[in-house]
Amino acid sequence: MHKKPLSKQIYDARWCYLFVLPCSILTGMFVIYPIGMSWYFSLLDWSGFTKEAKFIGLQNYYEAVNDEFFWDAFIRSFIFMFGTVPVKIVLGFIIAVFLNNQVLKLAPFFRTVIFMPVVTAIAIIGIVMTFVFSPFNGPANKFLMSTNLTSAPIDFLGNPDTVLPTVMGVYVWKWLGITMMYWLAALQTVPQDVYDAAKIDGAEGYRLWVHIILPIVLPFAIVIILVEAVGALNVFPLIETMTAGGPFFSSEVMEIYIFRTAFVTDSGTMPRLGYACAAGVFWGVAVLFITVLQGLWMRRTRRI
Amino acid sequence: MSRYLNFIAEKNQVKYLIITIAFIIFSFFWIYPLLWVLSASFKTDFEIWGGLGLIPDRLVWENFERAWFGANMGRYFFNTLIITVVSVIIVVVTTGMFGYVIGRYSFPGKKILIGILISTIFIPQGYTIIPVFDLLNNLNISKNLIGLTLATAGHTPVIYILLFAGYFSRVPVELEEAAKMDGAGFVRTFISIMLPLTKPVVATVSILQVLHAWNDFLLPVVITLGNPDIRTLSVGVYAFKGEYFVDWSGMAAASVITILPIIVLFLFMQKYFVEGVQGAVKG
Repeated sequence: MHKKPLSKQIYDARWCYLFVLPCSILTGMFVIYPIGMSWYFSLLDWSGFTKEAKFIGLQNYYEAVNDEFFWDAFIRSFIFMFGTVPVKIVLGFIIAVFLNNQVLKLAPFFRTVIFMPVVTAIAIIGIVMTFVFSPFNGPANKFLMSTNLTSAPIDFLGNPDTVLPTVMGVYVWKWLGITMMYWLAALQTVPQDVYDAAKIDGAEGYRLWVHIILPIVLPFAIVIILVEAVGALNVFPLIETMTAGGPFFSSEVMEIYIFRTAFVTDSGTMPRLGYACAAGVFWGVAVLFITVLQGLWMRRTRRI
Repeated sequence: MSRYLNFIAEKNQVKYLIITIAFIIFSFFWIYPLLWVLSASFKTDFEIWGGLGLIPDRLVWENFERAWFGANMGRYFFNTLIITVVSVIIVVVTTGMFGYVIGRYSFPGKKILIGILISTIFIPQGYTIIPVFDLLNNLNISKNLIGLTLATAGHTPVIYILLFAGYFSRVPVELEEAAKMDGAGFVRTFISIMLPLTKPVVATVSILQVLHAWNDFLLPVVITLGNPDIRTLSVGVYAFKGEYFVDWSGMAAASVITILPIIVLFLFMQKYFVEGVQGAVKG
């Protein structure tokens, strides 16, 4: 077929360009432009509230990589990810397997209940959980004491040793419904005849699941892990409302660190948007790196 | 159509019963914190810390009055409602148009456009928040609801676009050709033929955006730092905690005001919530 010249092609598609324009402008303003600008801001000594900004090159980055709090927050974000994602993946899978049974009459009800926290505002969850885990007669402590599991109330959120596991537990509770839904979608792709045939052949229990079902849902599993991993790095609202990074920075993950250096003037110092941007860029690149690595892994596994 | 992998046999009643009971207990613990805050919103402060029971002695409606008027939750409720409704309209229209041409037409630059979009899918909000704040300041819209609404609509649109594009690409070509024969132009074909066909996707995308807009926290907390008047519900409850930290029952009522509308919406439109969530991994 004779190919039209480019100018004619573009002219013919003028409506297409008009149609992609509104969304492109919006995304350009609030996603693409900010990505570019945060690179630029990261090179400035700038409070964000005045016009005075001094170009200081890579000095912000230099300061960040030499800041103990920066690395603590950086590592803590990954502890959070490695501590929550496997739990969600495994627990979500087990629940999905049970709820995928037609015979279980109450399955839709259970599914609704488990999904309920997902639709609840995350900031509210954080605030409510500060009550639930309160050492002063909070329901969690009340329950533990009334069943004699502990003799003295536990200060879940006030103790640097328990705060991170508690927040991680709440995170799993809040978002497990999503993981369950992902797995339910994955299980829908297992062909009924494969399943029936395997059962007739006498594949039972774990053999059925490990040898028949698991290979079929594996491509899904990788996408689920990727989405979950990135999700577990974005936990600002929950931690900000539950602990604000405390006590003594012991639950400060990367996003809290960025927010604190950018906007919270705790010791009366000026906020430092330039510095916070440098931390943010460093963080964004780290997340991107992980995403790309997982993407490569995904492609390799899918080819097999 | 649903597929079920029934490894619980109907005949095995004992196994069935054990699993059901285990799930009932599990569900109760799972939902307890939400029931707890609902019941706390009707209790007195004294009663809240008194026991684990969920049934209040009497319904203390004054808690809601204090939250709605005293803590300004009434105003925040309407702020949130406006931001949510307008951002849903913006998102559905813009991503619908985008998804339509991506799903049905090819044109020079299409691949680059898709490539740029896909690359933004995992951008953390914490990475873009500072320039967004600065941008709204420079445009002079950071002090009213316009800026907050636009920014709420302007997060990465990849999943919405994929949902729309996937659906549009499956609409038979004949429909479009018939419309052309009738003399309908590009825009009319889209509005009168295509858009009505995509009601399920419109519903799914709307629900996802409602969930995002209503529950968002980082963006509104940053934008409203110096502007209490345009706070959303989530930010309002958070500020409530800072200002009246001893009014537990009032705070519980404020929390219920925030979460109840979405939970009710979810109970009625569960199908679309599920489709929206699953769309993320199916694509």
